[in-house]
Amino acid sequence: MTLQLDHPVPGAANRPPGAGSAPSLSWRSRLYRWEGRSAPYLYVAPFFLVFAAFGLFPLIYTAWISLHRYKLGSRMSWVGLDNYGWLFTDPGFYNSLFKTITIGILSTVPQLLLALGLAHLLNYRLRGRTFLRVAMLMPYATSVAAATLVFALIFGRDAGVVNGLLGLLGVDPVDWRNGDWTAQIAISVIVIWRWTGYNALIYLAGMQSISQDLYEAAALDGASRWQQFVHVTLPGLRPTILFTVVVSTIGASQLFGEPLLFGGGQANGGPVNQYQTLGLFMYQQGWQYGQLGRAAAVAWVMFLLIIGLVLLNTRLARRRREVS
Amino acid sequence: MPSFRRTTTTVAAVAVTALALAACGSGDAAAPAGSGAPVELKVSLFGTFGYDEVGLFRQYEAEHPGVKIVYESTQGEDKYWPALQTRLSSGSGVADVQGIEVARIADVTTNQADLWTDLRDTPAKDAIGRYIDWKEPAATTADGAVLGLGTDIGPMGVCYRSDLLGQAGLPTEPTALAAQMPTWDAFLALGEKYKAAAPAGSAWHDSAGGLYNAIISSQQEIYYNRSGQLVYSTNPAVRSAFDTAARAGQSGLTAKLEQFVDPGWDAGFASGSFATIACPSWMIGYIKGKAGDAGAGKWNVTTLPGGVGGNWGGSYLAIPASSQHKDEAAQLITWLTDPAQQAKVFSSAGNFPSTTGGIDLVSGATDPYFNNAPIGKIFTASAKAAPVQILGPEDGVVKNAMTQSLLAVETSGTSPADAWTAAAAKIQNQVG
Repeated sequence: MTLQLDHPVPGAANRPPGAGSAPSLSWRSRLYRWEGRSAPYLYVAPFFLVFAAFGLFPLIYTAWISLHRYKLGSRMSWVGLDNYGWLFTDPGFYNSLFKTITIGILSTVPQLLLALGLAHLLNYRLRGRTFLRVAMLMPYATSVAAATLVFALIFGRDAGVVNGLLGLLGVDPVDWRNGDWTAQIAISVIVIWRWTGYNALIYLAGMQSISQDLYEAAALDGASRWQQFVHVTLPGLRPTILFTVVVSTIGASQLFGEPLLFGGGQANGGPVNQYQTLGLFMYQQGWQYGQLGRAAAVAWVMFLLIIGLVLLNTRLARRRREVS
Repeated sequence: MPSFRRTTTTVAAVAVTALALAACGSGDAAAPAGSGAPVELKVSLFGTFGYDEVGLFRQYEAEHPGVKIVYESTQGEDKYWPALQTRLSSGSGVADVQGIEVARIADVTTNQADLWTDLRDTPAKDAIGRYIDWKEPAATTADGAVLGLGTDIGPMGVCYRSDLLGQAGLPTEPTALAAQMPTWDAFLALGEKYKAAAPAGSAWHDSAGGLYNAIISSQQEIYYNRSGQLVYSTNPAVRSAFDTAARAGQSGLTAKLEQFVDPGWDAGFASGSFATIACPSWMIGYIKGKAGDAGAGKWNVTTLPGGVGGNWGGSYLAIPASSQHKDEAAQLITWLTDPAQQAKVFSSAGNFPSTTGGIDLVSGATDPYFNNAPIGKIFTASAKAAPVQILGPEDGVVKNAMTQSLLAVETSGTSPADAWTAAAAKIQNQVG
């Protein structure tokens, strides 16, 4: 190799004088080529810089904090994995994990089924269709705080609307807020109310991309509307359904605002912690008890759980695709 | 300050974001405090201290040309305190005067003495001696440094609906009622009588948690002993207060409405869901706000059972060590906590004075809203008889677990013994 380099480049030495334009041209083209190669990176750089500052750094710093005892208002001291050891032996953590799952199921399943049904209805040629579609998105546009405060009154024990209606049916007043399942149901209702319309619109968009020919062909074969829904709409919607399931699962695992405000700003999640979600549990450690190290440990465990859930979802979807 | 640690009004989700932002904010460079140069004093408080409402800041500015007061307030103390802590540890963004709630003062004196100004080295040193005997020791470190000047205190009484008690055939006059309840057991016995004759949907007391806090408010040693050890589990006074409150909850004497949290609790002041409520002095203003004009003349106040003294809540004004205007800030807090100013705040916002001079000024006060009850006399007696409560850094954790467990007894049918075990396990896990 070195020997070769020592050889004079053929033609370079006996280049005629006055031919100096060739290196300048190659310099410019080299710059041009460099620009062409680097420009895309420059264009996407702002995103990655912002992500590094507000996404990656907090993530890593949270992990760092989780390895310390860090009481709000005092200095950090290294404790290794003690916070994780504490977390995995704390019944409160398992309780909140379990409640996150039950409230997640109670809110996600009815919400997606309702959304599917509504989208199917809105897919027909109805009078005032645009109005109905906009109306359905209204709850999504309301703030969590406003919606939750109103629902807390609706589910009130002494003067709530729900108990008023139940009273007409002869049912005794229910203490929604303090009961175990009743509080979880009340919170799920808030989530369902806010998110059903959003999911319905996504389903509707998915339905409209399904070719009308398929429905006509099915109708010619004598398929009823229900059969059309099951055999044409649902298979066509599969990717859309997967998307909404993933998004709703992530949303459910991060549920925070509704239970916090339903509990009047208290992070206990009810007398027996019956609606203390993981988000609330973390908030209580960090801001009510000032244990930032423990809160950081909860945050990282939540992060890993969510990643695990997403991976599980995509793997299930892939397998289903392979099967079909 | 009313210890509305459990505020219902603040939108917590928003506050969390605000917290994160506040932690990033940086303080302005302080103006040099030379003579004649205008001084800008930042005052950061929570809830309703009443100073701005009564116009005291404007009055101080008028009397002290060259001092400009910039005031900000956070509604919920549970949002205010974490934000203040992040600012203190980042070293920027703290005001020259900060409010400290009594539940936090033990944490400050034991863990944060270096972050606050020892008022003995400032013009405020002469003000330290003008308080009732137990107010300033709580703000004093083991080395004797005084870190805050007291604003108000929360002497205790019992507020009750005299109209509802009358309907149930119970005494409606404060002294007659007090004569029938020499002890908390007698108070619950009256509750049984009320329950038998009361209108439907009206309970004797608002909540087991509130009852518990009232009983415990007259104790000297509560969750910590004098040497700073956590003794809640062996302190008979705590267990006895817990059992009494649990018994009331179990036998249906409470309305099962969680204080400051359940919207039904706020509504209950007007609707009569409960006939009695533990009444720190700041509750007077709260009742007027919730029961409204229609509630005037329906409510009344009497002493705690047996006429014992007690305290629930109260606050301090302190100067962060990083303040550039310590002398000016010390002059301001000395003036704000002056007996005359405290009396002014009491007459408008209801925060009870903590200085002996201030208490003398209001001891004759009566309140027409409460059937002309002698609130000055009742709360003065309670304040003077109140013990020097021993406070500890984790009081909040213990108190939260206790009231939460009592709510479970009321609403979820948990037995008192199980509820106590659950509370102890939670505290052990959190603090131990």
